[in-house]
Amino acid sequence: MAGFLPDWVLVIKSVLISIAAIAFLGPVTMMYLTLLERKVVGRMQNRIGPNRVGKWGLLQPLADGVKMLTKEDIVPTPADPIAHFLAPILIVVPALLVFAVIPFGRGMTAVDLNVGLLFFIAISSTTTLAIFMASWGSRNKFSLLGGMRSVAQMVSYEVPMVLSVVPVILITGSLSTNDIVLAQGGWGGLKWFIFTPWGLLAFIIFYLCGVAECNRSPFDLPEAESEIVAGFHTEYSGMKFALFYMAEFMNSFTISALAATLFLGGWQGPVLPSWLWFFMKTYVLIFIMIWFRGTLPRFRVDQLMNLAWKFLLPLTLINIFVAGFWYFAPNTIVRVLMSAGVLSLSFWGLQKLNQGYAPEKRVYQFGD
Amino acid sequence: MIFGTGIIKGMLVTLKAFLASYFKGPHEGGIFTVEYPEKRLAEKERFRNFPFLLYDQTPENLRCVACDICAKECPPKCIYIVRDFDKEGRPLKRPAIFDIDFTVCMNCGICEEACPFDAIFMDHEFEIAGPDRQNKMLYHRDDLLKSNEYFNKIRPTDAGAIDARRREAEEKKKAAAAQAVKAKTTQPQPEPPKT
Repeated sequence: MAGFLPDWVLVIKSVLISIAAIAFLGPVTMMYLTLLERKVVGRMQNRIGPNRVGKWGLLQPLADGVKMLTKEDIVPTPADPIAHFLAPILIVVPALLVFAVIPFGRGMTAVDLNVGLLFFIAISSTTTLAIFMASWGSRNKFSLLGGMRSVAQMVSYEVPMVLSVVPVILITGSLSTNDIVLAQGGWGGLKWFIFTPWGLLAFIIFYLCGVAECNRSPFDLPEAESEIVAGFHTEYSGMKFALFYMAEFMNSFTISALAATLFLGGWQGPVLPSWLWFFMKTYVLIFIMIWFRGTLPRFRVDQLMNLAWKFLLPLTLINIFVAGFWYFAPNTIVRVLMSAGVLSLSFWGLQKLNQGYAPEKRVYQFGD
Repeated sequence: MIFGTGIIKGMLVTLKAFLASYFKGPHEGGIFTVEYPEKRLAEKERFRNFPFLLYDQTPENLRCVACDICAKECPPKCIYIVRDFDKEGRPLKRPAIFDIDFTVCMNCGICEEACPFDAIFMDHEFEIAGPDRQNKMLYHRDDLLKSNEYFNKIRPTDAGAIDARRREAEEKKKAAAAQAVKAKTTQPQPEPPKT
C-alpha cells in the first residue's frame, strides 16, 4: 500500500486510525468497566448485579448512557458558568490523551514518544486542575471541600508515585514505554520487573498511589458521599456528571495499564498474542481495584496523608538506592538477598516508626 | 504484625464471597437472593397482607354479620361498613357496604383478631400496586370476597382449626336443639289434679 499512496496520506491515515481507535476504545472501556464494577462488587456483597438489560446486563451501559443524556442539565445560579461548563470537558481530555503512549501490544503504541512515561505522568496530573475547577466553579461548600481534598491528595500521592517509577527508569535507561516493555522480554517474556525485590515494592507503591490518583475507594475522599455529599461533582447532573465518571474509569484503566506496562512486563508473555497478555494483566489490576472497593472502608484524611508522606515516600527513596545497587552489583543470588533484606528491614523500621502510641491497657482517671 | 495483613484478611473475605457466588448454592454461602418476578420464594403460612372477607360455598353466604367490630378496632380506620336492611326496614345480618381503603390499611391484622364471626382474615396477596389510588385502591365488598377453599389453601393450619371449631359448635348446637326437642316431647305431662 505504501507504494500506491503519497507519504502525507499515509501519515494522515495512521493518525486518523489511532485517533479513531482511542476515541472509541476509551468510552467503550469506561462503559463496560462500570458494568464490570457493578457486577463484581455485587457478587462480593452476595448480590447478582445488573442482569436485566440484555443478556447478563450487557446492554446496561447503553441504557445508562441514554439515561444520562436525557437527564436535565442543572447549572446552579451562583455557579461560575464557564468554569462549571469547562471542567467536565477538561477532565476527559487528559484521560484520553494518556491512551496515546500505552503499548497495547507488540508495535501497538499509538505514539511511541521517547518521553512517554514523563508524558503520562505530566498529563495525568493535570486532572487535579479540572477537579478543582469543577469544585470552584460550582460555588458549593461540599464541592469546594471535595476539591481541596482532591488537590491535597493528588499532590501528596504524585510524589511517591513518580519516585516509585524512578527505579524502572534507572534500570532500563529509557522513558519510552515501549523500551520499558522490551527491557522485560528475557526468560521467554517472563522477566518482569515485579519479580525483583525493588520491582515488587515499587509496583505496590505505584499501584496504591495510582488508586489514590484516580480517586477510587479506599482513597475516595474527594467524593466521600457519607461526608461531603458527592464532593467535587455535587452540582453536576446529566452528561456532565457522566463525563466525570468517564474520566475516573478511564483513569483507572490507564493507571492499571501503566502499572502492567512498567512492572508486569506489558505485552510480554509466552504463547498467547501480545495484546491479549496486555489486556489480561490490565484487567487483573482493574479487578483488584474493584476488589479494594468491595472490601475497604474510606481512609481518614490524616491517615491518608501519613501513609503518603511518612511511609510511602521514604520507602520509595530507599527503593531508588536499592535499584541503583541492583544495577551495579553482579548478577548473583547475593544481590537478590541483599536488596530484599534492605527493603524488608526498612519496611519493618518504617512501620515501627509509624506506629502511634497505643497503651496495653486503658487507664481510667476516675473510673474503676 | 506487618502492615497490610488486616487488609489482606479482609480482602480474602470478599474474594470468598465473590467465588462462592459462582460455585456455591444458596445455603452454602452463595447468592441466596431470588429474582423476583420470575422466581419466588414459597409463601410462609403466617405471612399476612391486606384483609379479605370469607364466604362459605356461595358468595351470598358470607360470614360477615355487619357487627362493625372490626371497623371500630381498626387503628387507621380504613374499614367502612353499612348494614343491609330488608324491604320492611328490619336490619339484616349482612353488610350492604363493606369498603377497605388499602391505601390506609397497615396490615396489622387486628380486624382478624377482633372478628367474633371468623369472617375477615389476612390474605397473602401483595401485588396490588396500581396507577390509581383514588378508585383502584378502595376495595368494595365484592372485591374483598374470597371462598373458604382459598383460605384453606393459603393458610391450612388456621383454616383447619377454625373449621373444626365451627363444626363442633354447630354439632353442639344441633345436639342441644335435639335435646330440647326431645325434652319437650318426653317431658312428663303434669298429672291432672286429683279431686
